[in-house]
Amino acid sequence: MTGTEAGTEAAGTETAVYLYGVARGLDPAALGGARGVAGAPVRGVLAADLTALVSTVALAEYGEAALRANLEDLAWLEATARAHHDVVDLAAHAAPTAPVRIATIYRDDARVAEVLAAQGGRFTDILDLIAGRSEWGVKAYADPETMRGDTPAGEPADTPADASAGGPAGGTDPGGGLAPRAEPLTGPRPAAPASGSSGAGAGTAYLRRRQEERRRRADAGRRVSEQAGAVHAELADHAVASRHHPPQDPRLSGRPGTQILNTAYLLDEEQVAGFLAVTRAAGERLAGIEVEVTGPWPPYSFIDTAGAAAARVPGDA
Amino acid sequence: MTAVLDQGGDAPMERIALVDLLDRLLAGGVVITGDLVISIAGVDLVQVSLRALITTVRDELLPEEETP
Repeated sequence: MTGTEAGTEAAGTETAVYLYGVARGLDPAALGGARGVAGAPVRGVLAADLTALVSTVALAEYGEAALRANLEDLAWLEATARAHHDVVDLAAHAAPTAPVRIATIYRDDARVAEVLAAQGGRFTDILDLIAGRSEWGVKAYADPETMRGDTPAGEPADTPADASAGGPAGGTDPGGGLAPRAEPLTGPRPAAPASGSSGAGAGTAYLRRRQEERRRRADAGRRVSEQAGAVHAELADHAVASRHHPPQDPRLSGRPGTQILNTAYLLDEEQVAGFLAVTRAAGERLAGIEVEVTGPWPPYSFIDTAGAAAARVPGDA
Repeated sequence: MTAVLDQGGDAPMERIALVDLLDRLLAGGVVITGDLVISIAGVDLVQVSLRALITTVRDELLPEEETP
């Protein structure tokens, strides 16, 4: 790490080529004055009917060492991710476009053309599978009360709590979530003297309460997982393929509630309306669970699985 | 730095959440070997750290499979 002054200086002027994705039959005019990462203009590198979407980047920012550091910098990562997505999204609205993994860098346009020629068959296969299709994301969140088991998930939301017939965790919650049940740390009073009056008895009661609370949480967690599974199964019936993403970190999403579903669905164009109707209906049907939809996305989540997608049509095995 | 891509018209989502974007960009897309192979490893590193974070948080919030 010493004596790199000259190298660093040279890297400041050296450039490489950032590859966003590969489109088929893209009208170059569709790129217009598009800008990519670091604000550089986007251009197409052509090979047969494939267009590689690229822009020039400085090695000082996108070289090996710089990339390794920059990818760990959330602000940099965000700027790059948004620019990457904007380019892919723009192309995807104009022609079938296969996104390439973020931060794929080549020496120059000639190398990109070489890769395009060598991998043309693979890109064609991928493009065949995603053409006319788009990705939609569905996320579902369970309210904190639902996760605690205070309110039974899946019951109609608008009924007063006392009328919540048959909910397995029913209980006596007066509703509205203003009265946290059995929170052991709220208030100094040793609430329920139900079992025993000695000091040991109070301890036992406390432990029992804790245990009860844990059991209720576990039951609620299971119930909510089942709800999520049912929603997913229904949505999968309206999609060509699906792929689960790991639950998102609330610190990144800033979203309260527990994420119980984070799944991408690949849809044929004519499936979209029906799919959206199903997600709406699910959100309205399930109390304590919120359903969010994002899309359309370029089919990022279905590249690796594209080959298997056709064989994995849910409920059609 | 941020040249806003303002092509008008096609704005399907109001403002895309970064988490949704990272779900897709870090784990999706065609993986081809670039000339800077290290960049792939770099992305994987980011992925690993994000995943670790996520797993921790998930375990705190979701005590499912943990029935006594």
